[in-house]
Amino acid sequence: MEQDNEQGRRQFLKCMAWAGAGTLWLMKSGVLQAQPLGDNDNGAAQGSAFSFVQISDSHIGFHRAPNPDVVGTLRRSLAMIRAQTSQPAFVLHTGDLTHLSKPEQFDTLAGLMQEARLGRSFYVPGEHDVIGDNGAEFFRRFGEKQHAGGWYSFDQGGVHFVGLINVLNLKAGGLGLLGADQLAWLKNDLAGLSAETPIVVFAHMPLWPLYPQWGWGTDDSAQAMTYLRRFGSVTVLNGHIHQIQQKVEGHITFYTARSTAYPQPAPGAAPAPGPLQSVKPDALHRYLGIRDVRHVHVGGALAVTDEVMA
Amino acid sequence: MSRSIVRAMWMALYCAVFACPAAGAAPAKDTSYAVGIQNFAFVPKTLTVPIGTRVVWTNRDEEPHVVTSAGATFPSSKALDSGDSYTVTFSKPGTYTYYCSIHPMMVGTIIVQ
Repeated sequence: MEQDNEQGRRQFLKCMAWAGAGTLWLMKSGVLQAQPLGDNDNGAAQGSAFSFVQISDSHIGFHRAPNPDVVGTLRRSLAMIRAQTSQPAFVLHTGDLTHLSKPEQFDTLAGLMQEARLGRSFYVPGEHDVIGDNGAEFFRRFGEKQHAGGWYSFDQGGVHFVGLINVLNLKAGGLGLLGADQLAWLKNDLAGLSAETPIVVFAHMPLWPLYPQWGWGTDDSAQAMTYLRRFGSVTVLNGHIHQIQQKVEGHITFYTARSTAYPQPAPGAAPAPGPLQSVKPDALHRYLGIRDVRHVHVGGALAVTDEVMA
Repeated sequence: MSRSIVRAMWMALYCAVFACPAAGAAPAKDTSYAVGIQNFAFVPKTLTVPIGTRVVWTNRDEEPHVVTSAGATFPSSKALDSGDSYTVTFSKPGTYTYYCSIHPMMVGTIIVQ
């Protein structure tokens, strides 16, 4: 029986290697290109100025179907990052590090990141990371501490990165929220930059009305986009929905990331956006593999790449 | 959790929701009403109860939820994991709107009269 369990766990982890993969972002000639981790790493990183990896929605503390081992799948994801031929400049975690904001869950996440020795990491909280204390524990451990509200920006290789918080002070009946203070800061933060500066914005909840019926959007994201529209290349990275979705709006491209923990249904494909429990470990690989092909393997890079260069 | 226990819990929920209003004429002190949290929604969405009623929310989703008063008119719950319950006794008449602080599109109302 124990042997069966061990075998099942191994099979599960093998399958989840796909589900748990992050996304490798390559900066080439000022244009970001996405590549799912675990793909043939055939020198894709060559010619890129730098790369970084986005991981998301680790949900440490979740222990039900379809993934009883979210620690194992995160560890596998981090190992895949380490296995890259060209080391990413840093790792972005776009939120829901934990399932219930518990200190021991934050401990586990921090331990796994440290154990992976990936160098610099940047975080923004998901709604699961701010339960009960408005994110105090999250910000104490993972915050950049640039501003009281938790948002921040930094530059890497000529690219301006902006980390936004859209999971606090949520209103009854509403979606994600940036708030007036953060929007004012964003406007000011971007004001001095030339329109040629590539911008990467990241936050947990989608910064576009992806599927508001399930809360997949941010109430005041349109205001933020008015500040970003003048730039020639804007990439918006989110987590939250545990699947890859993308959208292009002028020079602004939006992507959501897969989870390292478990998949959620496509918009409207289930009564509610809870974990896709029906996915068996041996079917998960196929299911997610298909989504990969549809959304990512378009001409070897995301369609958005052509859009921005045009 | 065994199926029989789950069935018993559902029976209890059913009784709490549908049987109690019949006892409306009696003193409401020991009555409790149940609100299920399932498929990212409060069920029933609006619940009318007599003064002094205990309202018990139980999370039947695989996702955690938080019962949060809009306007802080009653104490908010901690994160309710799957199967967790939260109880509030409403001792003053009024309309109490609440939502899930992490899935704010989930909104419910308790009317106490």
